Amino acid sequence: MRIIKSRAAGAIVTALAVALIATGCSSERDEEGDSGGAKDTFVFGGPGDPGSLDPALASDGETFRVTRQAFEALLEHESGGSELAPGLAEKWSSNEAGTVWTFNLRKDVTFHDGEKFNAAAVCANYDYWFNWTGTYQSSAVSYYWQTIMGGFAKNEDPETPKANYKSCTATDDSTAVIEVNEPSANLPGGFSLQALAIHSPKALKEYAKQEATAKGDAITYPKYSQVAGTVAGTGPYKISEWNKGNKEVSLERFDDYWGTKAKIKNLVFRTIDTEDGRRQALQAGDIDGYDLVAPADVKTLENGKFQVPTRDVFNIFYVGMSQGKNPALKKPEVRQAIAHAIDRDNLVKTQLPEGGVAATQFMPDTVAGYSDAVKTYPFDTAKAKSLLKDAGESALKVEFCYPTEVTRPYMPAPQDMFELMKADLEKAGITVTPKPMKWAPDYLDATEAGSCALHMLGWTGDFNDGYNFIGTWFAEYDKQWGFKDKGVFAALKAASIETDPAKRTDLYKKANETIMAYLPGVPISSSPPAIAFAANVNPPKVSPLTQEYFAEVSFK
Amino acid sequence: MLRLVARRLLQLIPTLLGLSVLLFLWLNRLPGGPASAILGERATDAEVARINRALGLDEPVWVQYWRFIKRIFELDLGTSTQTGQPVWEEFTLRFPATVELSVAAILIAVVIGVPLGYFAARRRGSWLDVTAVSGSLLGICIPVFFLALLLKGLFAVNLGIFPSFGRLSTGIDATKITGFAVLDGLLTGEFDASWDAIMHLVLPAVALASIPLAVIVRMTRASVLEVLGEDYVRTAESKGLEKRVVRGRHVLRNALLPVITAVGLLTGSLLSGAVLTESVFSFGGIGQFIRTSIDARDYPVLVGFILFIALVYVLINLLVDVAYSLIDPRVRVH
Repeated sequence: MRIIKSRAAGAIVTALAVALIATGCSSERDEEGDSGGAKDTFVFGGPGDPGSLDPALASDGETFRVTRQAFEALLEHESGGSELAPGLAEKWSSNEAGTVWTFNLRKDVTFHDGEKFNAAAVCANYDYWFNWTGTYQSSAVSYYWQTIMGGFAKNEDPETPKANYKSCTATDDSTAVIEVNEPSANLPGGFSLQALAIHSPKALKEYAKQEATAKGDAITYPKYSQVAGTVAGTGPYKISEWNKGNKEVSLERFDDYWGTKAKIKNLVFRTIDTEDGRRQALQAGDIDGYDLVAPADVKTLENGKFQVPTRDVFNIFYVGMSQGKNPALKKPEVRQAIAHAIDRDNLVKTQLPEGGVAATQFMPDTVAGYSDAVKTYPFDTAKAKSLLKDAGESALKVEFCYPTEVTRPYMPAPQDMFELMKADLEKAGITVTPKPMKWAPDYLDATEAGSCALHMLGWTGDFNDGYNFIGTWFAEYDKQWGFKDKGVFAALKAASIETDPAKRTDLYKKANETIMAYLPGVPISSSPPAIAFAANVNPPKVSPLTQEYFAEVSFK
Repeated sequence: MLRLVARRLLQLIPTLLGLSVLLFLWLNRLPGGPASAILGERATDAEVARINRALGLDEPVWVQYWRFIKRIFELDLGTSTQTGQPVWEEFTLRFPATVELSVAAILIAVVIGVPLGYFAARRRGSWLDVTAVSGSLLGICIPVFFLALLLKGLFAVNLGIFPSFGRLSTGIDATKITGFAVLDGLLTGEFDASWDAIMHLVLPAVALASIPLAVIVRMTRASVLEVLGEDYVRTAESKGLEKRVVRGRHVLRNALLPVITAVGLLTGSLLSGAVLTESVFSFGGIGQFIRTSIDARDYPVLVGFILFIALVYVLINLLVDVAYSLIDPRVRVH
């Protein structure tokens, strides 16, 4: 008995001792700082893992957040803004038709693998993408190439869009000329996309040896895009490791960078997929900053001496109306009644972070083409009721879908926002049937297919062109909306082929006016997504496009 | 003994096949597919259709199932639609984290639970007994998820004693041998890395251990109480055997039999319990991966994982039976 007793007691004492030592050691560690002495590592928490180290294969923000630090495109956006700015091209111009784009490139730019950057390198990249075959032609892999440049040299699937890319010519070492078949609203904005960032030709040769495969039931990405080592860009950081088990991508300062060198030596992106988890990691001092801050957390963080800069608004949140689902929605008066019934200002005031604004059209006022002359539908319950009566729909019943377990930069608390709108609509006499759904894929599928009479969605812009917002929704028939209005389609078509930027902007304004007169859905709000940093960080300029350059970061 | 093992292994085949059919049909009944998860918010119908074709999701269910089974026999679990990497690789990458966490949790549960249960029974009605019984009730009642959040809020965020997430600190670069962070650090002499890994393990392991600990305490206590009342114990004591021999050989050994079964089953259930705990601590193991796979409707991963769990359960059961028969010779006779 004694022996057993003392052994058991021993085990408990040992456990306690371990716990105590753990406590002691860790507080020692904390006092020293994260890396012992001067901080040379900046750790940023993101909500999801990147999908690939090659931005050309990606279409998601988490991948681009990482690759943006290592890869540069021909054009970039001004730091902290949405205007196009020189990137690897110092200057650019196009012919009048918008089909020939000339880029005057920077000199003395070196890739991470020591290769020289020049016009031939630019053409090697564009030609490489254009000549993609097999699985690379799947829009899951080459989404952005297809969006910007259409299809490929040889389309293998009849449904792949027709190629708009024609050729790339290196007229001299520092001049690259890219030709397209037809003018496009996506140019020059598209030249700034991370997906079209320039890679070292030597690395490209290595990439070309590795095929992406579609086997069984998924697409397998090529090895080089999953392991640091091959990819090489020209950015201020080079990717040094992707530790998938620990969910972290490490980048190291590139000392031969042509521009202003990064201030911090190591940059680490770590994935913490819950909002609470990221906030707590920042509060615990385990990370130095994070993105997608819940609006409800902003005050808490600010009170805790954290920095929570908000980006300029560059997104739109809207209520979509699917006319195919509920015939009543085909009546303009019904759509107008719904628009009048929703109290946008209240929604903005109670649900969005500071800086949020009520929307009058399907783009934020920061996008070229925003019009002050659109028809507006101010909050007016009485008017909504009378419009419904005129339409003979006084007893209107609609199904309203909303997503659960998700927050988006434009939609911080979907369920709360839904509840407010439901109450508003019911005040106007509309019976709302709530239909909560899981975001992916249920909700996205249902909204795409137009199987929700009312639904809420939104979008953050890729670059500053009106088409990037209203184009894809209203340029042609789309099940999500389920209407065929020639006036709306024509207005957008006209804008998309206009090459003069000033004239195009005017056409977008007119298109916005046409759209809001027709009222396919209700634009609700634009809101500034917040990003958080520890008190000892000099944060980068925050970008409305969520394109932060972490080379600007330093510690105080 | 060999026959027992062989019979159990044979039972594995129909179990797993049946499960795979059920799983596959169930997943196919669910709405939606991975296409929109891959393509995002603005996918057009044509793009969705193309992806479905590329992924073979437009084919009849039985064709997809047949393809799936064929691949399993080739030891190919398919490719994760989320990450674009083979499921097998994703598992081997994350599996060590989950095993490490589960082992730590079961160790905590056994090392604390068995002695606690034993002494609670020995001193029935004492403060220790009352504390152990009510404590274990609490352990079963509190959802693991909630406990994990509580522990994290207190010990990581407020007190800053333990890290709030992950498996290793940023910058700790342990050489990989086995993939088990604690073990690798010890093997390579990088004790810092081992220590760091242990620190990261404490909170999630404690959270995960709560239910098994409670179960083990209660089972040990009940089992010891039962054995203490058995005739052979009284006989042994009356023969004048030393008390510690009686307690050790007669009481503990017999009382532990049902506890071993429980430990086996609990170990299996830990793998599913890890889904929530790992998510709270962003631990990077299989559990967290499964949660994101559910969100992304990543069929190959989900099917592979559930089959894998079933396999683990069956194997653990086999181990339990073997252990049982080693401790209790009567089992071998039946």
